[in-house]
Amino acid sequence: MTNEEVAKDLIRQFGENVYDFDEPYGMLTLSTRREQIISMIEYLRDHPLYQINFLTTLCGIHYPDDPEPARKFCVVYQLHSLVNNFRIRIKVFLAENDLHMPTLTNIYQSANWMERETYDFFGIIFDGHPKLIRILNMEDMDYFPMRKQYPLEDPTREDKIDALFGR
Amino acid sequence: MNTVLDISNKNIPGSDLPAKSEESVQYVNELTTLNLGPTHPATHGIFQNILQMDGEKIVSGEQTIGYIHRAFEKIAEQRPFYQITTLTDRMNYCSSPINNFGWHMTVEKLLDIKVPKRAEYIRVIMMELARIADHLICNGILGVDTGAFTGFLYLFEERENIYEIYEEVCGARLTTNMGRIGGMERDLSPEAIRKIRAFLKRFPPIMREFEKLFNRNRIFMDRIIDVGGITAERALNYGFTGPNLRAAGVDYDVRVMNPYSSYQDFEFEIPVGKSGDTYDRFMVRNEEIWQSLRIIEQALENLPEGPYFADAPEYYLPPKKEVYRNMEALIYHFKIVMGEIDAPVGEVYHAVEGGNGELGFYLISDGGRTPYRLHFRRPCFIYYQAYPEMCKGLTLSDAIVIMSSMNVIAGELDG
Repeated sequence: MTNEEVAKDLIRQFGENVYDFDEPYGMLTLSTRREQIISMIEYLRDHPLYQINFLTTLCGIHYPDDPEPARKFCVVYQLHSLVNNFRIRIKVFLAENDLHMPTLTNIYQSANWMERETYDFFGIIFDGHPKLIRILNMEDMDYFPMRKQYPLEDPTREDKIDALFGR
Repeated sequence: MNTVLDISNKNIPGSDLPAKSEESVQYVNELTTLNLGPTHPATHGIFQNILQMDGEKIVSGEQTIGYIHRAFEKIAEQRPFYQITTLTDRMNYCSSPINNFGWHMTVEKLLDIKVPKRAEYIRVIMMELARIADHLICNGILGVDTGAFTGFLYLFEERENIYEIYEEVCGARLTTNMGRIGGMERDLSPEAIRKIRAFLKRFPPIMREFEKLFNRNRIFMDRIIDVGGITAERALNYGFTGPNLRAAGVDYDVRVMNPYSSYQDFEFEIPVGKSGDTYDRFMVRNEEIWQSLRIIEQALENLPEGPYFADAPEYYLPPKKEVYRNMEALIYHFKIVMGEIDAPVGEVYHAVEGGNGELGFYLISDGGRTPYRLHFRRPCFIYYQAYPEMCKGLTLSDAIVIMSSMNVIAGELDG
């Protein structure tokens, strides 16, 4: 079971809905569309040979500087086959005005809080999630703090500007 | 303890729990809502659980987390790599060296730095000591929560000795900031080796005594056998890793499946349980302590000679003596301390076996001095979701021991 085999099989199954194949540091990485993500994760889990049955992480990324409007946000799923010790990373890119993803909670219970965390930090809405509310931040927060436009510290503070080093 | 009041307001945490009007027909008593925490002494940490109780039985529960959330992922986006080490300390503060080295190994993987054997062996020794300290706390406190204080006192003396070894190796005790990107900041001193050897000699009899006190203790067994059991299938579905998953019978251990830091050189066994209940978790941790001792013994016995840091001048601080006399060393020193070194573009995931399971670092670098995005896979955060399911139908005292045996660490939970 190599990266190449899995990649070829996924292309056979999902055609042009899988793209951007890469192998950074040996981990198969690919992108798909949000319509396919659930069926793809289900396919990988139920495949008799792959048995990719463990959700390692689920997290969001914000790319405000990406020129393409459809690639402003990204949700990354990292899955692991404990049987074959095979890891795979699947990305779904989203446009800023349409931050909706289908929920994974029907397949993996562990996705519940991970999706809540992603919503909490990035504002990505997981449709069908049983209880999509903030998890780590306080409930009356009115923005999504991990987005790049929010600075770490209060921007009005002047004692922390380090102009000498161009930051 | 309050009786259930009107919970029509949907914004209250726990408000989607079964309302008494619809479902209480099947319960013996009127349902009561019990706030377990956030400042409950038996939860040892800031955890809130809103439990719905039918008399003494827990019907359902809902956790509220985030009380000590410190936005590490956001802070990490502003910091050069070596400054992030201090953030990792504060996640699982019961086994900080594992977090430190896990982060260093992630960066080394990104930069393609080959760490010399000696540094790897020193890391293994420190990581296994940290694992022992972590498990000692968990199992010692499980005893306290079931009413037996003695074991805790026996073990905490040994934990103190482990912290003295940390002190000898890196100068700190709890938030260790141990090691550097590329190796260790200093070699194991003869005093440190003496302390480790003394620990290896003194600790086993105490551990044996602890096991004698608890493992076949009738009262203890009655309290924890078949309490909070979880099947392997459910545990995997909930994303369990580490001792909690192994207690459910799945032999997944990152040290064996994806060996890092020369773990393939050592001989050790992975203990697994059967029913995933509190007793199994307790026993798995006990056995892991013995296996960790085995690993430390082997590493100390075969400690290779050679350098204890890699040749990575852009990330490894030059010795102070050099900095004062050598131009190049001074420049590197300045650049490292000011964090002016650009990392290569890349995307890397690295996992280590932390005290509680797979501790992962997902690092995306866009070529700048700081990570573009850093996500921590915090095992506690993921498996704590299963807590209400594990408590269902049990009593409050069981809920306390389940939380204790799951080893939920507030710092790691909230990140």
